[in-house]
Amino acid sequence: MNRRKKIEETIFRIITGFASYSLIAILGFIILIIFIKGFNALSLEMVFTPPRGGFYYGGEGGVLNAIVGSLYIAFGATLIAILLGMPAALYLNVHLVCYKRTQNMIRYLLDALWGIPSIVYGAFGFTLMLFLGMTASLLAGIITVALLITPIVIRTFDDVLSTIPKGLHEASLALGSTRTEMAFKVMLKQGFPGFTTAVLLAFGRGIGDAASVLFTAGYTDLIPTNLDEPAATLPLAVFFQLGSPIPEVRERAYASAAILTIIVLIVSLTARYFSKKYSRSNLQ
Amino acid sequence: MNIKVSETATEQLVIAPELKLKKQPSILRIKNLNVFAGNHHILKNINLEIPKNRITVLLGPSGCGKTTLLKSMNKLTDLYKELKVSGQIYIEKDDILNTNKNIPNIRQKMGLLSQKPYPLPVSIYKNVAYGIKLKGVRDKKLIDYNVEKKLKEVGLWDEVKDRLHLSPESLSIGQQQRLCLARGLAVKPHFILADEPTSALDPVSSKIIENLFRELKKHYTIILVTHVLRQAQRLADNVVFMNYGEIIEQGNPEKVFKYPRSSQMKEYMVEGN
Ligand SMILES: Nc1ncnc2c1ncn2[C@@H]1O[C@H](COP(=O)(O)OP(=O)(O)O)[C@@H](O)[C@H]1O
Ligand SMILES: [Mg+2]
Repeated sequence: MNRRKKIEETIFRIITGFASYSLIAILGFIILIIFIKGFNALSLEMVFTPPRGGFYYGGEGGVLNAIVGSLYIAFGATLIAILLGMPAALYLNVHLVCYKRTQNMIRYLLDALWGIPSIVYGAFGFTLMLFLGMTASLLAGIITVALLITPIVIRTFDDVLSTIPKGLHEASLALGSTRTEMAFKVMLKQGFPGFTTAVLLAFGRGIGDAASVLFTAGYTDLIPTNLDEPAATLPLAVFFQLGSPIPEVRERAYASAAILTIIVLIVSLTARYFSKKYSRSNLQ
Repeated sequence: MNIKVSETATEQLVIAPELKLKKQPSILRIKNLNVFAGNHHILKNINLEIPKNRITVLLGPSGCGKTTLLKSMNKLTDLYKELKVSGQIYIEKDDILNTNKNIPNIRQKMGLLSQKPYPLPVSIYKNVAYGIKLKGVRDKKLIDYNVEKKLKEVGLWDEVKDRLHLSPESLSIGQQQRLCLARGLAVKPHFILADEPTSALDPVSSKIIENLFRELKKHYTIILVTHVLRQAQRLADNVVFMNYGEIIEQGNPEKVFKYPRSSQMKEYMVEGN
């Protein structure tokens, strides 16, 4: 009996261990390939200059236009998504807390929205853009990406808020707090460390998505200075350059992918740092 | 542990029997309270009077409706749409079940201490300050003064005065429970509704809470829910025994515990001891 248990334990450990380590290995492999393939093109010029003449035939310049465009779009969209998503998630968990059926229906719909492929958001964003009489621009890109990531923000915030124990709701209401006071002074604080991860997830999805910005943000070698100007983005920079017959340009596609990965990593680490710093067990 | 408080509280033990002699007027009256969840009749025609500045113990097996009764008293039953509450609960002259008065104000009269401590996700200091600010106090000095006063009231001040700005998570569960009590007292309640407040605590912390209650009943009316017979015997000035949503017996603990009339109460006392 005892021996059998030991064998069971070992098998279980091997299976779970294999699953997690192989995932890490695959991730490492992807990053490694991108960096190896893009290594030759990765330079300061690549990061800090926009394309010059003949860039797409292997000429001088970099992808600063796409870096800046992507950052603008991802930050803008994340901001909008938080502004829409936070109240929505609070509404779900404060006012609908006793209406389980409505709550679940809304969650189901949001999950469905989360699952819609981004090209559909791209197409919808494009229609919306034409309807509003806009052209492909930074603003149209931001709006489309915001549509894409708002359901993610709501659902992940909602997940964080819904784990707050009912006892804490009751404790704060029993003190005579109104629901608004409970929402802002108790629930948002309690959920804060979890929100950072949620925002990251949304930001990562937003900055990495190509299909939603394909028709709406446009592409340009210039750095946008206004919301109604078109903006280049890193995913599209990868997409366009990867299709080139010229090897140097394909290398640049990998370099752009590497830059995109580094940006996501930096944002993720910074957010984690702040989330730890302001987490509950470390109050000031 | 704060020895000072426990000492004063033991002195209180000696005084307590004298206090018991005087009959107190009731300040909370429950009339024909019924609570349903769908077809489940959770509370069956409850009639109850709670004497002022006394510890009323609601005793009964798990699932008999003690928590629901307590939650009716501060309208937390509103949070459960499936619960249908009818009847009257008078606090002084107001029927809080059928009033259009401000619910947060009603709740502030009823300090709640739950089974598990739920400190707010802010520092120890701010937990108590939260309650004080809810009463409209804005002056920093006054808040400081009151935070100290409330923490002293629950015998926690000496234990936390050097780490007021740390998270309550750094405290033991027993200390957290007293912090929650201090926070509750900060909104100046008339009642303390305590729902099995020691069931998550170790014996020493439980004792501290029990002694605090003996002290606090001078200023507050306490309604204590418990399923622990011995705790009820130690603390009750007035005991209410419930079973299956009904009040089976109530009254002076000396009578109820010595000469239980119902078979249910007798059975419970045999199993409890
Ligand atoms: N919101 C609710 N919905 C349905 N049933 C409930 C609800 N709250 C309590 N009950 C039921 O009412 C009964 C009494 O519960 P409770 O008041 O928590 O008992 P106690 O505190 O004495 O253990 C239990 O059978 C419980 O299942
Ligand atoms: Mg209970």
